[in-house]
Amino acid sequence: MNFFEIVENTLRDTLGPSLTAFRPEMAVCATIVALLLTRMLAPRWKSSPFWLTVVGAAAALWFAAPWHYLSGETSERAATIFTGMLVFDTFSVYMRSLLFVFLVFFAVLVRVTGVPEREDLTEFFVLVLGAALGMCLMLSANHMLVVFLGIEMASVPSYVMAGMIRHRRASSEAALKYAVYGAATAGVMLYGISLLVGVLGSAHLPTMGTQLADMLAGGHFADRTMVLVLGGLMVMVGLAFKLSAVPFHFWLPDVFEGATAEVAAFLSIASKAAAMGLLVRLVIAFGYAPDATQLAALAPARQYMAMLIGTLAAVTCTFGNLAAYGQTNMKRLLGYSTIAHAGYMMMPVAAMAMLMGGEPAAARSAVSAVAFYVAVYLFMNLGAFAVVALVRNAAGSEEIDAYAGLIYRSTGVAVCFSIILFSLVGLPPLAGFAAKFVAFASVYDAGMLALLAVGLLNTVLSLFYYLRVVKVMVFDTAEDASGAMAMATSAGLYLLIVTAPLVVWGIWWNGLYAWAKAASAALS
Amino acid sequence: MFLPNNPLVVLSLIVFLPAAGALAICLLPRGRTEMAKLSAFCVTVAVFLLTVWLAIPGTSNAESMRFAMGTGRMQHVFSVDWIPSFNIYYLLGVDGISLPLVVLTSFLSMLAMAASLKIDLHVKAYCVLFLLLETGMLGVFMALDFFLFYVFWEVMLLPMYFLIGVWGGPRREYAAIKFFLFTLVGSVLMLIAVLMLYFASDLRTLDTRQLVACHVREDALWQGKTVPGATAGSSGSAENTVGQANRGIRAIVLSDQPLHTFNIMALAEMGQLRRSPFDAKLLWGKSIQWWAFLLLLIGFLVKVPAVPIHTWLPDAHVEAPTPISMILAGVLLKMGGYGILRICYPICPDAAYELAWFVCGVGTLSMVYGAFAAMAQKDFKRLVAYSSVSHMGYVVLGLGVWSITAGNLMSTDYWNLGMNGAMFQMIAHGISSAGMFFLVGVVYDRVHHRDLDRFGGLFAKMPVYSGISMGIFFAALGLPGLCGFIGEVLVVLSVWKYSMVLAVVAASVVILTAGYILWTIQRVYLGPEYKGPHGEALTRMTPREIAIAAPLLALAIILGVYPRALLDYTEPSVKHTVTSLATWMEDVKLPRLQAAVAAEDGKQP
Repeated sequence: MNFFEIVENTLRDTLGPSLTAFRPEMAVCATIVALLLTRMLAPRWKSSPFWLTVVGAAAALWFAAPWHYLSGETSERAATIFTGMLVFDTFSVYMRSLLFVFLVFFAVLVRVTGVPEREDLTEFFVLVLGAALGMCLMLSANHMLVVFLGIEMASVPSYVMAGMIRHRRASSEAALKYAVYGAATAGVMLYGISLLVGVLGSAHLPTMGTQLADMLAGGHFADRTMVLVLGGLMVMVGLAFKLSAVPFHFWLPDVFEGATAEVAAFLSIASKAAAMGLLVRLVIAFGYAPDATQLAALAPARQYMAMLIGTLAAVTCTFGNLAAYGQTNMKRLLGYSTIAHAGYMMMPVAAMAMLMGGEPAAARSAVSAVAFYVAVYLFMNLGAFAVVALVRNAAGSEEIDAYAGLIYRSTGVAVCFSIILFSLVGLPPLAGFAAKFVAFASVYDAGMLALLAVGLLNTVLSLFYYLRVVKVMVFDTAEDASGAMAMATSAGLYLLIVTAPLVVWGIWWNGLYAWAKAASAALS
Repeated sequence: MFLPNNPLVVLSLIVFLPAAGALAICLLPRGRTEMAKLSAFCVTVAVFLLTVWLAIPGTSNAESMRFAMGTGRMQHVFSVDWIPSFNIYYLLGVDGISLPLVVLTSFLSMLAMAASLKIDLHVKAYCVLFLLLETGMLGVFMALDFFLFYVFWEVMLLPMYFLIGVWGGPRREYAAIKFFLFTLVGSVLMLIAVLMLYFASDLRTLDTRQLVACHVREDALWQGKTVPGATAGSSGSAENTVGQANRGIRAIVLSDQPLHTFNIMALAEMGQLRRSPFDAKLLWGKSIQWWAFLLLLIGFLVKVPAVPIHTWLPDAHVEAPTPISMILAGVLLKMGGYGILRICYPICPDAAYELAWFVCGVGTLSMVYGAFAAMAQKDFKRLVAYSSVSHMGYVVLGLGVWSITAGNLMSTDYWNLGMNGAMFQMIAHGISSAGMFFLVGVVYDRVHHRDLDRFGGLFAKMPVYSGISMGIFFAALGLPGLCGFIGEVLVVLSVWKYSMVLAVVAASVVILTAGYILWTIQRVYLGPEYKGPHGEALTRMTPREIAIAAPLLALAIILGVYPRALLDYTEPSVKHTVTSLATWMEDVKLPRLQAAVAAEDGKQP
């Protein structure tokens, strides 16, 4: 094969299937360009960034077409695109669609709450979309290079967004902490990647998996155990930072406190969803091989990952819930709640690692549990941070005390926030319960009884601090009793739309779960 | 009266009419408090009428909705897709065990709503929460899908939390969170058991007859697989249920994976199989069903409540407003007993047999401890609360007695007696305890204290009130001729063959009960004159209060004089449950025990 043939083939692959599958990302890119150009060409059109972002994200969602790929009628298997750099399957369709849905809601939230300032809006949305592009890469990564690239592309704009409010020390501090911490963990992760790639002789994830299987089956493994274990641990460090898993969570409460509630929403939802998707991909890459003997040979790797992720999940969940007790700032409280929920979400991933060897169907339902949880979690945290932003605008405070007697001052907001908080606890008939139920079901199915016990114990623990907020809102009365809280109709409507899925999916989660099932159908 | 003859419509209407009412009240314009109360009351009345219509065979024109009295089977069962991707179905039905509890629930909800008409704080929210609570309670008693059951069980939690926490007494926040926490721990344990049973269950172990009897959905059997010959029959109009199930069986044979289910009836059938899928070992040498039974039992005992996990109850009762106390004592406590009867025993018989001593012990302990604690109380409401603990102990004891091995005879009579006694005691306690809490509320509204030492002489000032009170209190005491007697006698009789010691203890609790109730009557109603605060406020009972208390007293008398009115409903279903358990005992457990004994003997020489 000469040079021109290679070019020819690459070109055909790129222009054909690859770019077709890549249309959502292209839409995001086009939106970024359009945003910057509009800023130059039509500086008078003040609300252009908002409209362009909404249209761009909606277009990306249209191209991602979850209704086409997840309806169950198409039985497309996983396909690799861009010469094996990315993978295109129902899981990436599902997760990226969630991301685009989130982008639309996020843009509207920013519009409703009016933060950041108008002049910064273009830059803000460019950063948001840039990060989203990185997350798309994370979600469809099939190559270690893309993994790292995606994580960095998602992280760097986030650092800037955390420091978006100029002239505010807390904000700058948050950005700096975030950046330093992120850079350090990225360095460790890169080192881990280089170790793994060096031992396994490839950076292509499926190839790495089969190499590992051959190595484990061949028995000439003993001398490299240490390197592999260390490499896996180091890659996990980078992921744990993105997932805010203990002990790499320290940045999160501080960043959430310093950044605006809107940015905190972005970090706690989009960033977490992408990291969760990536985690699933990596576990599958190193724990699964289509060949039966290779699959059996990978058992130690699966065991290792299940233990590692399971332990991290248990610790993260417990720590997040315990630390949330003492908080007086709502954003810090939600920050720790985010940490705890990262733990819950990692539990089915550990279960999946355990189940992948013998029971592919059960492993698939573990993946659907993750996918389902992420979708529900999106609306829970979006609603929670929207309330924080709205109360901040109305009362000028983000302390929990500012919520005293909210039910009398702004009944709708208090009711919606209560629903959101109870959904975060996981009480039926709200969607949070369904999400926890499917997650715990997978954990039980994998026989991880200790992990299940930890998860359920944490559910009880978490009741206290979520309930404390409800108590403040409903039972306490405000000191100044400053009458009704001024709240725009659009804000109320937005909150209603974000809360509605929690109730609807709580009662009737068949549709979403069927999609989540379809998302996991193409995996392994 | 024209009413639809489709069980799906009728049962759903009963469960969700309160929820729909709650939604409608939400939409009422601000400030229409009287209208909110009135509409909430109308909704509860409508639900009550519906349940009565469902329960009394003569009132129904439609043949399909007639409740068949002589049979112990589930009736009006229907199954609709809810979350088929997780094998969860909207599966409701009633039998002689659940129907009386459903009627009791709607009846007490109606009375409690009538008692709530005096509430004037955040009325709309109160009505909405109250109606949501009613939906949850009714749903629990009708749900036959374990997941659905769990959801309804949890749905009650939030309204109850707010109803105690917002409208309660001085220490309401503490009481509300304590209630929430205890119940949540119980339900979390229950969730583990739900998962255990679900993943251990396998529909392939059941035969056609059982699948049909359990109303297992046909599509649950093939789960997305295309079955040869399946589509041909589905279009035919003359197909019968057996035919449908036959096609299902073919799917089961074809299925290479276990078919999990949440269907409570199917789970019970599996639990009573010779080779039950729940017999697999899980942890520390104990089987799945042993663990599931224990977890479920603790979850239900929290709600009953049994000593030592009863401590939430006195606090919740003392702080809750009167109508909520009525609901709490009258209905919520019954869910624990109902859960044990409907879920624990049929699904996990082996574990129930092994742990019968534990259940009986807990029941007796509750009876004794509750009675002594009640005797020590100074607070009128706390006393009534502890009397609930004591009385619900009878229920646990009656359910726990595994009296079939009495002597060397295989006889189900005592067993029937015990379970019927427990059922009767649940209903009787629902009536008498709701009445007692209401009566305490009546006097508390007037004098604003509940200190037993500062009462006395109420008979002179409130003759009608005192008369009704004595009736209800004597019903709780277990005076022959009133409803409390029947349940207690049946339970105590059934225990005799199981354990004479327990029977003696149980019978002596009657003396303790008589002690604290007579002493209460003496301290509150008798005596020369009332010397406590607010004596001038002791006015006669209002007609509304009489209208709430009188039906309860009337029912207490009717059930005491003519217990068949209730037993006619419960007996066939209890017998059905007991017979199937006895069959299991005879066919499965006894040979197993004999084999174990033989093995032991073989080792000896």
